[in-house]
Amino acid sequence: MRHILSLLLENEAGALSRVSGLFSARAYNIESLTVAPTEDPTISRMTVVTSGSDQIVEQIGKQLNKLVDVIKVVDLNEYRHIERELMLIKLTAQKEDRDEAKRMVEIFRGRIIDVTENTYTIEMTGTGEKLDAFIEALDDSMILEVVRSGVSGISRGDKAIQS
Amino acid sequence: MAKKKEILRGAEIFCRALEDEGIKHLFGYPGGAVLHIYDALYKQDAIEHILVRHEQGATHAADGYARATGKPGVVLVTSGPGATNAVTGIATAFMDSIPLVVFTGQVATHMIGNDAFQEVDSIGITRPCVKHNFLVKDVKDLAATIKKAFYVATSGRPGPVVVDIPKDITADSCEYEYPQEVEMRSYRPVVKGHPGQIKKAAKLLLSAKKPMIYSGGGVLLSEASTELTEFSRLLGYPITNTLMGLGAFPATDKQFVGMLGMHGTYEANMGMHHCDVLIAIGARFDDRVTGDLEKFCPYAKIIQIDVDPSSIAKNVPVDVPIVGDVKHVLTDLISTLKNEKDKPDANALKEWWNQINEWKALDCLKFDRTTDVIKPQYVVEKLWELTKGDAFVTSDVGQHQMWAAQFYPFDKPRRWINSGGLGTMGFGLPAAMGVKLAYPDETVACISGEASLVMCIQELSTCLQYNTPIKILSLNNRYMGMVRQWQEFFYSSRYSHSYMEALPDFVKMAESYGHVGMRIEKSSDVEGAIKEALALKDRTVLMDFVTDQTENVYPMIAAGKGHHEMHLSSDVDRELA
Ligand SMILES: Cc1ncc(C[n+]2csc(CCOP(=O)(O)OP(=O)(O)O)c2C)c(N)n1
Repeated sequence: MRHILSLLLENEAGALSRVSGLFSARAYNIESLTVAPTEDPTISRMTVVTSGSDQIVEQIGKQLNKLVDVIKVVDLNEYRHIERELMLIKLTAQKEDRDEAKRMVEIFRGRIIDVTENTYTIEMTGTGEKLDAFIEALDDSMILEVVRSGVSGISRGDKAIQS
Repeated sequence: MAKKKEILRGAEIFCRALEDEGIKHLFGYPGGAVLHIYDALYKQDAIEHILVRHEQGATHAADGYARATGKPGVVLVTSGPGATNAVTGIATAFMDSIPLVVFTGQVATHMIGNDAFQEVDSIGITRPCVKHNFLVKDVKDLAATIKKAFYVATSGRPGPVVVDIPKDITADSCEYEYPQEVEMRSYRPVVKGHPGQIKKAAKLLLSAKKPMIYSGGGVLLSEASTELTEFSRLLGYPITNTLMGLGAFPATDKQFVGMLGMHGTYEANMGMHHCDVLIAIGARFDDRVTGDLEKFCPYAKIIQIDVDPSSIAKNVPVDVPIVGDVKHVLTDLISTLKNEKDKPDANALKEWWNQINEWKALDCLKFDRTTDVIKPQYVVEKLWELTKGDAFVTSDVGQHQMWAAQFYPFDKPRRWINSGGLGTMGFGLPAAMGVKLAYPDETVACISGEASLVMCIQELSTCLQYNTPIKILSLNNRYMGMVRQWQEFFYSSRYSHSYMEALPDFVKMAESYGHVGMRIEKSSDVEGAIKEALALKDRTVLMDFVTDQTENVYPMIAAGKGHHEMHLSSDVDRELA
């Protein structure tokens, strides 16, 4: 099963490689991994999307917790949560294609953020599934470049995951 | 009284911090990146520096020292090759959760990343085999980092910590203050076990009809031998130890059923297979212990105590997990058991012991005592007799290691010192040296094989220089015996590259290093030789025992087999028929 793990870790050089090294050394799956500092610059938030049996995901959580730089590990699957991913995508959009491209962007609630004579660059957020659906809906030959951020997640409601 | 703070250079801070940490011995080898530190060491006398002959030797010696004393072992090596040579020893300590603090020199901060002379990414190379590592980027952080390194290495589940110090940091100076305490928001090891879980464990233990206690190295690391012994005696249940846990419960006690696992006793492994309640204490269900997981303890409910949550239910599902330090949890478990109305089921226990004693009667460790060819088991047994079971014994890796574990029953903790997890040949000799430095008045023996022994033989020089008179018993079968055994069993006796050709003359070798060498070729000479060696109290002695080349280690559980599917030696099979 797919799990979204949310981590707080010391914003130290090397903390990221400890986490990624753990996943490769123990042959755990990693679908995506994002990391950036939080409101407290000494702490980073990392979101890792992984998959495995319950037993394996439990081990992943324990192994992450064991890393000396890791402050907290939460499996967002155990909470009601929201997940989002950002995609930047560059399309060829020449005269006759431009309207069609624009309509698709509207349907998927994206935004055109850069325009040239031949291209549109689009920004879109949503679940991974939605972004996949957008890519599928496009004609393959239109796509010049896709840049995805990987998943970020947060729990719903009053509860906050803090250090 | 507010003391005025001194301004010190990084190299001096290094020495002072070790002194303030209470460190007496530092195992090291110099080089460019650590020359400021070596200069500072020259000017002080609080810490004795032990100059090894290879950095692997430094880590193993510090490791042996740590295993014997419970205190952290400390190592100093230079950058580049110094650091890479230390890696085997760091990984060895990591696999067995031994507290080491290893300082590696590094090229100057502004050179890092430039492929400078003797630069290697020590932090990257050691990351997968340390508990944690630190790169010091500012001399102002040096003292606090050293404090943290010792704290992390020795607390919770212990392990090696590397501190990488660039050369310029050792030249820079700042005010010196050694922190009294450490607080790390991201590292807070659990100590006490959950009372509810302990209560559940007590109830389950008392409901058992065929209980087994299975304890490992965690008991020794937690200094909980007394508690383990009290706990086992209180219940009267059979107890087995892992290779790493030997000595935590007195091996000559009648409740002890021997080591378990691949080369464990028949009674220990059969007991595991048939038990209905198993309590694992500071043991991690290693594959050499469990055999095939599908066949592991098929009838048992399992309780597991471990300080490391990730060790619990990693390989085997557990019914009652208890996270906590073994010593604390056992203390609480003992008092909970004493307060329970129920007592162990005496009738069931009697039957269970009858069964176990029947298994024991098979005498699975029996070997041929009639030949004049030296049987390796006999050498170990004699050493045990002649040292009254009270020596510190280190070993290398192979058949001799298993025979040492089987034929030298340890009654006290921290006397059996071997590389269980990584299985590092070359460990025994430097480890013995480290033990002898810690306990100069104790007998320290190293049981080795002729292949393992030469892997760190250069440390014989260190033994001479620092006067660490150890007794080396090399069980010389002219084979990498354990490899040969597997080739005999699983590769139709095709002995591919496992024969030790062109061996040195070990007697002359010992002598050339300034020690005593002996060659023993007949069974009848074994006792006399060991006596003579032990009598040479202030000399390191290398005993080269020419042993039976064909001897195998039994019992043995082959890969993919369960505890109840052991190979037994032909001497024992005959009895069964
Ligand atoms: C550094 C290292 N290399 C290889 C091995 C694999 N290995 C395990 S036991 C063994 C043979 C050891 O031979 P010896 O020291 O003579 O001991 P014996 O088995 O004959 O008692 C080998 C090569 C190892 N454990 N460690």
